[in-house]
Amino acid sequence: MLPAVAAEGVSKVYRRFLHRHQFRTLKSALLTGSLLTDLRPEETFTAVDDLSFAVARGATFGVIGENGSGKSTLLKLLAGITKPTRGRLRVEGRISALIELGAGFHPEISGRENVAINGIMLGLSRQEVDERFDAIVDFAELREFIDAPVKTYSSGMYMRLGFSVAIHVDPDVLLIDEVLAVGDEAFTRKCLDKIGEFRRRGKTIVLVTHSLGLVEKMCDEALWLRHGGKAGDGDPKRVVDAYLTYVAGGEETLLAREPAPVAPESAPAEATPAGYREGRWGGRDVEITGVRLLDDRGAERHVFASGESLTVRLEVEARAEVDDFVFGIGIFTADGVSVYGTNTHLEEFVPRRAAGRGEVSLELTDLRLVEGTYLLDVAVHRRDGTPYDYHRGLHSFRVKSRIKDVGVYRPAHRWSFRGGLELEPPVPRPELDLRESERPSDPETGS
Amino acid sequence: MIAELRTLVRYRLLIQSLVGRELKARYRGSVLGFFWSFVNPLLQLLTYGLVFAVILPARRPPEMEPYLLFFFCGILPWTWLQSSLTEAAGVLISGGNLIKKVLFPAEILPVVTVLANLSHFVLGLPVLLAVLLIYRRLGPAALLLPLPMVVQLVLTVGLALVVSALTVHFRDIQNILAHLVHLWFFASPVLYYYGALQGRARTVLRLNPMTHLLVSYQQMLFHGDFDHWRGLAGTAAVAVLAFALGAWLFDRLRDTLAEEV
Repeated sequence: MLPAVAAEGVSKVYRRFLHRHQFRTLKSALLTGSLLTDLRPEETFTAVDDLSFAVARGATFGVIGENGSGKSTLLKLLAGITKPTRGRLRVEGRISALIELGAGFHPEISGRENVAINGIMLGLSRQEVDERFDAIVDFAELREFIDAPVKTYSSGMYMRLGFSVAIHVDPDVLLIDEVLAVGDEAFTRKCLDKIGEFRRRGKTIVLVTHSLGLVEKMCDEALWLRHGGKAGDGDPKRVVDAYLTYVAGGEETLLAREPAPVAPESAPAEATPAGYREGRWGGRDVEITGVRLLDDRGAERHVFASGESLTVRLEVEARAEVDDFVFGIGIFTADGVSVYGTNTHLEEFVPRRAAGRGEVSLELTDLRLVEGTYLLDVAVHRRDGTPYDYHRGLHSFRVKSRIKDVGVYRPAHRWSFRGGLELEPPVPRPELDLRESERPSDPETGS
Repeated sequence: MIAELRTLVRYRLLIQSLVGRELKARYRGSVLGFFWSFVNPLLQLLTYGLVFAVILPARRPPEMEPYLLFFFCGILPWTWLQSSLTEAAGVLISGGNLIKKVLFPAEILPVVTVLANLSHFVLGLPVLLAVLLIYRRLGPAALLLPLPMVVQLVLTVGLALVVSALTVHFRDIQNILAHLVHLWFFASPVLYYYGALQGRARTVLRLNPMTHLLVSYQQMLFHGDFDHWRGLAGTAAVAVLAFALGAWLFDRLRDTLAEEV
């Protein structure tokens, strides 16, 4: 059987007209009449580069990649909105693209009229629109508002109606671009159910998303795009893992660059929503001259897997001999909520003497945090709280996890089921291993 | 050109719905609603009537009297052309969402613009015909009215295709166009009578396709005696050429449209 989508060496080159160039073309076009020859671009940008893949009929195909990797361009090519510059692309059957929901809506006219026009725009006949009208309105849950002009709709209502029309076109190939990020949770679930129904009915789905969990859960196959080319494809779990490892490598370099180990004195900077202010202050009789985050092998890292060991190592220098000092650390979420804080005083260490250089290490043997970015406070101060050197939010690290549980803290836990309950255990997968902080040069995943 | 026509036929249902939507959306929310289509030309007529009678009274050749009526026979079709072109210039840019996000033949947008303005023209006609009837001017020649309308439709669609596609690349056109159309207005016999022109002015105006269309409208409606067959036939040929040019240019630029809007 022919695949539903087949791409052979597809490239898309965008032209970039510089502003100055544009001005010149207009002038010269008017002067010399060389209008069409002047429409040639000065610079080009390859959004999709020599891409080949096939999507089997009835398969759900996930496309992942960073921003700017060519995902949206690929979707536009599949939808036929733009044509490939080179290569061949074939899509079998009626396509419906959920690229921008409600793109064709006119704000001044009613939802009812917009449904009719949007349906026709997406390829339905008038009769088909009439037949499906009730289903469309019911799915969007907009029965009572359907005769109001859509400019009075909330953005959620707008999206719901757009999604509903697009899905009721009943395509053979459904293209979805990150649209599930909109709408409330209940509607998102409904959309996912509808997409699941499509899968069961043997329709082909191409899903472009940042939600790796969705790709792992729903897709039969995945494609990872990088710089417009194929970085990996095949089994979704393997592709996602390879992608995660790659992204972790990227974040590693990014986070390592950000916090200066010893930032100059700075006033508390802009407050985060929770009133958390970044900054550094204190008299510096005792100074924190360096902060490093280490893994269990002693290698410096900024991305850790949940459950790994993380050591915070402070290099300190006491400029004068002091006998009243406390070392502390605090962990905060990115929006400033305290996760954990402790210090040597709270844990009843008694300071005796600090003079010259020293090193403080605190090992968190089991980093039971859910995935996210965390900010780190480190400080040395007197027992009464007067700071010698306080680093607030100047250091950060990221926790990665395969399980997308929510909250902050992940207690050690175990599920068990008894009685008439049947659950399939999760597919055992290797632990996320971030220990190689080197970026994989070109990970081969699948074939 | 044939391919272009085929596209338009294939998407006729969509074009029809979009024209309907334009008309509905235009008067949505106003008290008079659709009635504005009749009130607008009526108010226009009254305004010019006041201007011509009070502010600019002049002695005019008998072929142009009553002048208000003569003027009205020209300004209605002219407004169709003018609004179509100025709106077509921006239509691809404002409709960029459609072109970029939906699989949608872009030429539909300028065509819808022209057709929506045709509808306004047609809705204004009853007012004109009623006034003509009051002046006992309406004759059987008015039955020929569909001829110049078809020619003007083809011509306007062709020009709208050119203008809309080029504006995507050269936004300046949106600004220049208003002035060009204004100039074109004075080079077309709306305010004056083509038959009374002499010498070079007449030669220049003969090359203007709108001249022949306006003369046709004026003869059919105002003078009640149509004999401008050759002029109309020539203009029909020009209109087909303009459509072919528009279709060709639009097709050439089609692939760049979704990227540039």
